[in-house]
Amino acid sequence: MLSRVAESIYWMSRYIERAENVARVVGVNNRLRLDLPEQAAEQWDPMVQVSGDEPAFRARYDRPTRTSVIRFLAFDPLNPNSIVSCVTRARENARSVREVISSEMWEEVNRFYLFLSAPGARDRALANAHAFFQEIRRSSHLIEGTRNETMEHGEGWHFGEIGRQIERADQTTRILDLKYYLLLPAAADVGAPIDDLQWGALLRSASAMEAYRRAHGRIAAAAVAGFLLLDREFPRSVHHCTTAAQSSLHAVTGTPFRRFVNPAERSLGRLVAELDYTDVTDVIRAGLHGFLDSLQDRLNDIGDEITRTFFAPPVAPGGRG
Amino acid sequence: MTFDGYDTDGLYDEMFLPEGTPRPEARPLVERIDALPEGELIRLHQAAERALLNTGITFTVYGDDQGTERIFPFDIVPRIVPGAAWDPFERGLRQRIEALNLFLDDVYHDQRIVRDGVVPRSVVESSQGFRPQCVGLDPPGGVWCHITGTDLVRHRDGTVYVLEDNLRCPSGVSYVLENRAVMQETFPAVFEGLRVRPVNDYPSRLLTMLEEVAPQAAARPSVAVLTPGVYNSAYFEHSFLAQQMGVELVEGRDLTVANDRLQMRTTRGLQPIDVLYRRIDDDFLDPTCFRSDSLLGVPGIMELYQRGRVALVNAPGTGVADDKVVYAYVPDMIRYYLDQDAILPNVPTWLCWRDADRRYVLDHLPELVVKSANEAGGYGMLVGPESTEAQRTEFAARIEAAPRNYIAQPTLSLSRVPTRVDRRFEGRHVDLRPYILYGREIYVLPGGLTRVALRKGTLVVNSSQGGGSKDTWVLAPSAS
Repeated sequence: MLSRVAESIYWMSRYIERAENVARVVGVNNRLRLDLPEQAAEQWDPMVQVSGDEPAFRARYDRPTRTSVIRFLAFDPLNPNSIVSCVTRARENARSVREVISSEMWEEVNRFYLFLSAPGARDRALANAHAFFQEIRRSSHLIEGTRNETMEHGEGWHFGEIGRQIERADQTTRILDLKYYLLLPAAADVGAPIDDLQWGALLRSASAMEAYRRAHGRIAAAAVAGFLLLDREFPRSVHHCTTAAQSSLHAVTGTPFRRFVNPAERSLGRLVAELDYTDVTDVIRAGLHGFLDSLQDRLNDIGDEITRTFFAPPVAPGGRG
Repeated sequence: MTFDGYDTDGLYDEMFLPEGTPRPEARPLVERIDALPEGELIRLHQAAERALLNTGITFTVYGDDQGTERIFPFDIVPRIVPGAAWDPFERGLRQRIEALNLFLDDVYHDQRIVRDGVVPRSVVESSQGFRPQCVGLDPPGGVWCHITGTDLVRHRDGTVYVLEDNLRCPSGVSYVLENRAVMQETFPAVFEGLRVRPVNDYPSRLLTMLEEVAPQAAARPSVAVLTPGVYNSAYFEHSFLAQQMGVELVEGRDLTVANDRLQMRTTRGLQPIDVLYRRIDDDFLDPTCFRSDSLLGVPGIMELYQRGRVALVNAPGTGVADDKVVYAYVPDMIRYYLDQDAILPNVPTWLCWRDADRRYVLDHLPELVVKSANEAGGYGMLVGPESTEAQRTEFAARIEAAPRNYIAQPTLSLSRVPTRVDRRFEGRHVDLRPYILYGREIYVLPGGLTRVALRKGTLVVNSSQGGGSKDTWVLAPSAS
């Protein structure tokens, strides 16, 4: 497969996944505002803080409100990680490889783009945020499903899978990290209903509530963190995502598991092995927020190594990263 | 909406006879459309346009820095060509392509046609498409113009003329295939009744042709389509054809020359290519041979090509044959190489480099169409009857300054086809671009791209100038 094509499929999948997860992050507040006692004000700072783009937000917006944050995270073309930016770039990537991905898949990506760029999309998002962000998630799922069902599961599919899973692992750490930034009205509220509501909103945004309940029953901070990081079966847990990425990486190279012939296999293999033998009590003891930060750094490095291993020489200016 | 009250305005209409009754081959479609419930045709048309937008069948508008994409406007009323009428088109095109290919081989070798005084040397060598770098080249099988799009028009008297030949990178065939797909979904019943000749086998015929011209005998030659990239206005077509043929779509940056082969960079290292269907102009193909500032091509590819290590489709240098001055000599070429009369006539053409012709042209600008010899896409053109005094003055000056670069032709009254305009049908002028493949033998796609000038009265059908397209239905002979 052409290196350029592999890279485009990889980034297309990453951007679609990123767009979906921005919708998930915003979705946390869409849920909380329905559940919260009236005196607890909506908190929009955390949504910006976990995005990693807080400086860009501060530079151009006054303070985080529902309107400004939705605008920044969903529609701002100057924010490279806004939903609109992600989907536009996903589509550009898809367009450059549309002869390799299936026609059905291209049509779903294109439809997603047309949905977002339709006149009035922003007004509809503000008027009915819940429905709008649901639609974002549904579009992403349609693309994912179409990819799985209509594209041959060969090298191109595996590169898409690597991109999708690494991005998803990163985004799950951000959803979990939201709790670090979401404030409780008082220290005494730890373990109180409002604490529960916040954890519940996170789980729901990660589509994890029902699976969590079946596995752990009552909500407890450590169990939620353990579930989203280390659960072996839940498809958005970091463990699950990195394991899936590793399978696809080895499917591409043909290297046996537990061996490596390039830095990408080595770094990803190390991370998976570490997660295999990590217990959530280790994480809590070390500090969840710091653990999530270091995970994000390592996922970043793995992405860079994949680029160097398979996509080099780097693409021309105006490229995809 | 129905055809009641449709007016041919006394012009040649492809669907209706002058007295207002449908031509026999069009009757089933006319009846079907007339029987649709009110509003249904508009609904079908909008659904078809939505399908084209969702599939992303768009072209990029140049001169718009947003890179705006538009769908190529599509009209729902097809152009119908009865089987018996198609036959001379097909024979005429075969004859023409055979002669043009012989001409290309000749001008890059012995130039017999020049030495025998049929085509002036100055005309050949002053053509912008003439490439001295191609002299002495022997493309596989002696084929230069593997893919040609020749534009045909019908005048009000019913005569069909060849308007121009496109032998470099003719585009538009993807619209032919997509228009057909949309029409088959929209009017399935009409298709069942009419026996429309298929166009859907074009990609397999194209692939077969590409494999046939591979320089080395290989069980399955490696074929790739070379595109300038996603920002090219015809990118959709490049990608569509690669997808339909199941071959790689490559950009210049994917390619390199190594181990005496053309190679593409893959996730598993370099892999060789035997046949390159290149959709970039000669100028950009190889910076070491043509334009040195090109970033789109592959350094060293021409040298490989000259040594028969890779096939290029079309061969470099074919542009000399779609120069509009050289065009005027095609009937002479047919006589010279094939000893036949041209089956499809040329439009009478005045060549401004001839003093007598130029004087005539300058005296008759308001009634003529003046074209630049080397431009396509409807650019560099004066349509006399639609022009202003100022435009004519400007063109007269341009002709005087560079007579070799201009030709003139009478303004033809192009035939029309009913076209949906809001809630009614109005006649709009059309042309027709059939596609011809030349591998081991010559194949003419039945039909082609019918382009339609959507603006009322205008004769310019190019998409860059507000044109649209229609499906073209060539009927099987027995059905007409």
